[in-house]
Amino acid sequence: MRAAGCKMSIKVRFFASLAESVGRREVECPYAPGMTVESVWRDVNGDKLMPVGALVAINHDYCTLDQVLNDNDEVAYFPPVTGG
Amino acid sequence: MSVRICAEAFDPFAEIRAHQDALGPRQRSIGALASFVGSMRDFNDGDAVEAMVLEHYPGMTDRHLERLAADAMAKWNLDEVLLVHRVGEVRPGDAIVLVATWSAHRAHAFESCRALMEDLKSSAPFWKKERTADGTRWVENNTPGNSVDFKK
Repeated sequence: MRAAGCKMSIKVRFFASLAESVGRREVECPYAPGMTVESVWRDVNGDKLMPVGALVAINHDYCTLDQVLNDNDEVAYFPPVTGG
Repeated sequence: MSVRICAEAFDPFAEIRAHQDALGPRQRSIGALASFVGSMRDFNDGDAVEAMVLEHYPGMTDRHLERLAADAMAKWNLDEVLLVHRVGEVRPGDAIVLVATWSAHRAHAFESCRALMEDLKSSAPFWKKERTADGTRWVENNTPGNSVDFKK
């Protein structure tokens, strides 16, 4: 339960080359019921298309673009991984 | 089962030694240890590479590696799994990743070590940025590890 007057929001994060391409690493975004990983990208980045092959995660778990978000979620966008 | 993300250089052979010793009396029933150490090369895509920065997604990386290790423990007959991965600036020759698996038999040790390494490379949220004489560049894809052209 949140205190009265506290706005509902989600945290949006970008990593690696994708963070450089959108020009930021983290932004807060107002939460709206029904918003998806794909719609949040548009809300935050406007006309800029999501790079082909981008990976997405909610609360540190991989997910799909049509996954619906909840208030206070953390959604992340990043390029194909290259560790190891 | 042990998973660690290192911001400083680590010695993979000392890690294996320490882990082996920590097994204590359990070593008596372990017949196989398989390990893989991945290190930074001084070349990539035809260019000399001076250094590299490894970025990751704190929180997701730890959780993801722990899940890979737990899945391996469940899938194969393993006594222990050790995963260590470097982040931050690395230099040619520095260890980047260590995967080690202990089992009663070699088949489980070999197969789980290989599978863990491939799963880590294809799914753990790490990204490499190389520095060459011409500037910096992101590594866009990992080379496939499951097929080798032996004619080369």
